[in-house]
Order: sequence, then structure tokens, then C-alpha cells
Amino acid sequence: MKQKPSLRLDIQEQTALVLLQGSWVKERIAALCKTDIPITPSQTTHSYTFDFSAVTDFDTHGIMLILHFAKTLEKQGQSVVFQGESPSMQQLLHICDTHYPLEDIEEKKGIFILDSLENVGRQSVEGYRTLASFFSFTGELTHACIAAVLKPLSIRWKATLYHIEQSGAGAIPIILLTSFLIGIVIAYQGATQLEKFGANIFIVEMVTISSVRELAPLLTAIVVAGRSASSYSAQIGVMKITDEVDAMRSMGFSPWDFLVLPRLFALVVSLPLLVFFADIVSVFGGMVIASTKLDVSFVEFIDRIKQTVALKHLVIGFIKAPIFGAIIATIGCFRGFQIDSSTESVGKYTTISVVNAIFWVIAVDALISVLLTEMGL
Amino acid sequence: MKERIVVEAKDIITRFGEHTIHNGVSFKIQQGEIFGLLGGSGSGKTTLLREMIMLQKIQGGQMKVLGVDVSKASHVQAQKLMRQWGILFQFGALFTSLTVLENVMIAMREYTNLPDWIIQESARMKLSMVGLPTKVATMFPSELSGGMKKRAGLARALALDPKLLFLDEPTSGLDPKSARAFDELIATLRKTLGISVVMVTHDKDTIENVLDRFIILGNQKVRFEGSMETLRQTTDEELKNFLN
Repeated sequence: MKQKPSLRLDIQEQTALVLLQGSWVKERIAALCKTDIPITPSQTTHSYTFDFSAVTDFDTHGIMLILHFAKTLEKQGQSVVFQGESPSMQQLLHICDTHYPLEDIEEKKGIFILDSLENVGRQSVEGYRTLASFFSFTGELTHACIAAVLKPLSIRWKATLYHIEQSGAGAIPIILLTSFLIGIVIAYQGATQLEKFGANIFIVEMVTISSVRELAPLLTAIVVAGRSASSYSAQIGVMKITDEVDAMRSMGFSPWDFLVLPRLFALVVSLPLLVFFADIVSVFGGMVIASTKLDVSFVEFIDRIKQTVALKHLVIGFIKAPIFGAIIATIGCFRGFQIDSSTESVGKYTTISVVNAIFWVIAVDALISVLLTEMGL
Repeated sequence: MKERIVVEAKDIITRFGEHTIHNGVSFKIQQGEIFGLLGGSGSGKTTLLREMIMLQKIQGGQMKVLGVDVSKASHVQAQKLMRQWGILFQFGALFTSLTVLENVMIAMREYTNLPDWIIQESARMKLSMVGLPTKVATMFPSELSGGMKKRAGLARALALDPKLLFLDEPTSGLDPKSARAFDELIATLRKTLGISVVMVTHDKDTIENVLDRFIILGNQKVRFEGSMETLRQTTDEELKNFLN
């Protein structure tokens, strides 16, 4: 049966005997840790003797606490001697005493305003550096791209096809579903408004133009950004952590050719193809609502598309797709290379990569939209 | 005190798919012993260690650690068991979001009701014991070298004064002087705290100076069990070559 640890103070004139009893192990010493020293030294005593002969059990935490008591007494100008310890205890006492932490850990304590100012500065510099390294990244990427296009045999076709399968073909189901639903939503909202004016047939232009020109490409890009920007960042980041990227570099394999270009080409190729499916399905969604809510039959709908919807809308949608693909792949890879050796940064940069990719896709879409409309297209 | 058995493996069978790693591996580790798991690459040393600490399931046989059959242990038993052992992974496996000091303190904070100051002091003492300077305490694992990570990992393994210490290649990646200091530290800890140590190692000096007994794994079996002296007397050529 383990006994509770305790100290008994026995004062004899100038010397005091501290009798340690019981088991000094981590599960039992909590009660004794409340004060620096649980015995009150008297004015007349100058020397303390710690007697260990009644200690039944001990571990480093118990020893630590005893040492702490002894050090506290020594700080108050008392001398402390140990007696009655068993050989193994003596050894442990010696080790613990040698390694007892004496110097304090420096804790930085700052003033709130200064700290926040420092933070602002730090963030600004970091933002500037990120921008600079992004430009350098895109510069190098362009260089690698041109080199690859001039020497098409050097392109890693197998890796490119793999990423087309993963990021392109793998995204088809979710893109079909979301596009279909978007087609339904536009048609449904449009139907209630158009019905009021008896302008039912205009549902065709409304659904088709908004889908093929804006919504299908944008939605596809957002879904792909969510799926692939994150996975590219995480893949490249973990490869950095496991030194795979360094190994590649040192063997003379360029990470551009092996990691970045296949991903870039894969998205540039597969986004227009995905947009093609998204166009069909979202228009189909509109057709379903048009025929059920507005009595515009499928045949009428398609005839009207041929008559009134210009090809340019479709073409504009297709031109935007590879641009979005390039944005997503570039940001995904760039953020991946920013990941450093800690696991936390994987989460951080993966999140940033998705947020950035979606933001830039929308921003560029807005820019193109305004530009083209102003140009009269 | 009566000799007690801390780890008992009986006819362990391990398979990864079609590939058999262990086929009837048996051995016993006594209390207070420093025991080595040796063998060539791919002989399943680390797998065997992982089976002892419940990170890997065995396909056959029985593995008893501190008297508990690990494949049949209940959640409560497993939790209790985990507080009695400390593990040093090959690359330290420190939590990257915590400082070195917090890494050592975390188990004490979770599993004891000690006040923070004593936890912190104990943690700093353990860091000093494994030979890390004070300034390392507030650093993050990503700022440390491989050898320092390993030392910090050992400090974390020692945090709760375990009865049983599992070390996966403790001296690999350390410079020779640190490696010997590491060996010495483990020997001292065994002497003072009565810790039993199970380690996977390739380090010839560790094998000769620190290990009491060891097994050599090969061909899915235990090829040899015993001490350095008995290994020297063996007539088996393949085993003799093992240490050269």
C-alpha cells in the first residue's frame, strides 16, 4: 500500500531534521506543491538535514519537489544536507540535481500597441515578399512553359494524363450535378418574372446566354479550384516535407517539368472540356423548367437557340476556361511550394490556396466580363 | 525482487497482404533489462516494436506487455498501459504546433494533477537530462536539427517516468559522441528508475555496450536470442557475420 508523502520537522536548537516519509511519486505529491516550502523555518535554525530513510517510493517528480524545497531553503541562507538515501536514490538525486533548471526561461512580454504595430509591419513585409516570390514563380513558370512548348518531347505526358484523369475526369459528376441545378435555378427564377409579361420564349436567351457565357465556366472553375488547388498544394507541400522535391532537384530533375507543368497543362486542357459538359447540362436544366413551367417545348427551345443566341457567347465561355485553369494550377502549385517543414503550414497554405484560387477566378471573370462588354462583344 | 516479465511474445504471426513478415516469433523480456531487436533491413524489427505498442495488429499468436494481452485489451486497460510506457520514434515525432517544452509537458498536463510550475520544472529537467540547452525549450520542432529532435523526443518519452521505454533506432542520426552519451543516459535511467528498455538498433557500439540481451530476426523467425557473449560463441557463420 502506497503511503501519502509527508514531511516532519524536528527542530533541535540550531539544526533541524526534516523527515521525509511515504511515496514521493507524481500521482501523490500534488498536495505538497501548493507552496514553495511546506515547513516554516524558525529564526534560530541555520542548517537542515533531509532524512530520506522513510521514503518508500520515488520518481523524478518527487525528487524534483524535494530538490525544490532544498533550493528554496538555500536561497533563504540555510544550509541543507541529505542523509539516509538508498544508492539508487542517491544516483537519481545526483542526476536531478545536475539537471535542475536554474536559469529562468526568458519570456517575451511586449506592450500591446508596439506588438500590434510590429505585427502590421511583419504582415506588410510578408505580403510584399509573397508578391515578389509569386512574380518570380510565374516568371519561371512562363520560362519553363516556353521551353516545354518548344521541345514537346520533354513534356511529361504520362503525368499530364494522370492529372487530367484526376482533376478533370474525376470532377465530371459534381460539375454535372451543380450545373444542372444552376440551370434549373436560373430558369425557375426567370420563369416567374417572364410569365408576368407573357414573354415566355425569352427564357431561352436568358438561360442559354447566362449559362454558356458566364455561369457554366465560372461554376466549373470554382468546383475545380476547390478540388484541385487544395490537392496540388497539399501534394507538393508534403513532397517538400519528405524532401522529395530536394531529392528531385539534386538528381537534376526539374520540379517544373515533373510537378508544375503536368498540373498546369492538365487543367488548361481539361477545363474547356468540363465547361462543355457544364454548358450542355445547365441548358438542359433550363429546358426542363421551360417545358414544365412555361410550355416551351424542347424543340422550340433548341430552334430558338439557333435563331437568337450568337456563337460568340459560347466561344467567350470556352476562351475563359483555360485561363481559369491556368490560374488555379499556378496558385495551387505556388502555395504548395510555400509549405515548410511544419504540419501546420500544410493546413494553412492549402486553405489559402483554395481561397486565392476562387477569388482570382472570380476577379478575372469580372474583368473579362466588363472588358468584353465595353468592347461590344 | 522477483524477476518479472515485461514483454512476452508468443508465436507472433504478421502478414501484410500476401507478404509474411513474422511467422512464429517468440521471446521474453525481463524487468529492468535493456533488450534489443536486431536484424537486417525488412526483417520486421520496427513492425515488432509497433505491435508491442498497439500501433499494428498481429495476425496470430499473443503479445503480452506488462501482463496485458495487447490484442485483447479493453479501452481502459489500453489507456492505463499507455501511461506506463514511453516511446521514442525514429525521427522524434514531436508535435510541430507545440514548443519543445510544451511537447514534454503535454503528457504531464493531461495525466497528472500537478501544478504547472512543477510540470514545467520537471520538463526542463528532462530536457537537460537528454542534453538539450535551456534555449531550446521555447523553440519549435521545425527549428531543431534531427539529433536535437531525437533528444527532445526522448525527453517527452521520459516525461511520465515510464516503466517501459520503447526506442526506435535511438542513436541513428546522432554524432558518435552524442550517441555514446545517449547510451550512457539510457543505462543510468535503467539503473536509477528501474526502467526496462526495448530498442530497435543498428548501432554496433550500442549493441556491445548497452544491450543486456537481444534477438536477431531473420527469415520470419528469431534467429538468435541471447547476449553478446553467447553470440560470440556461436558457430553459425551467418550470425557471426551479422556484426561485421
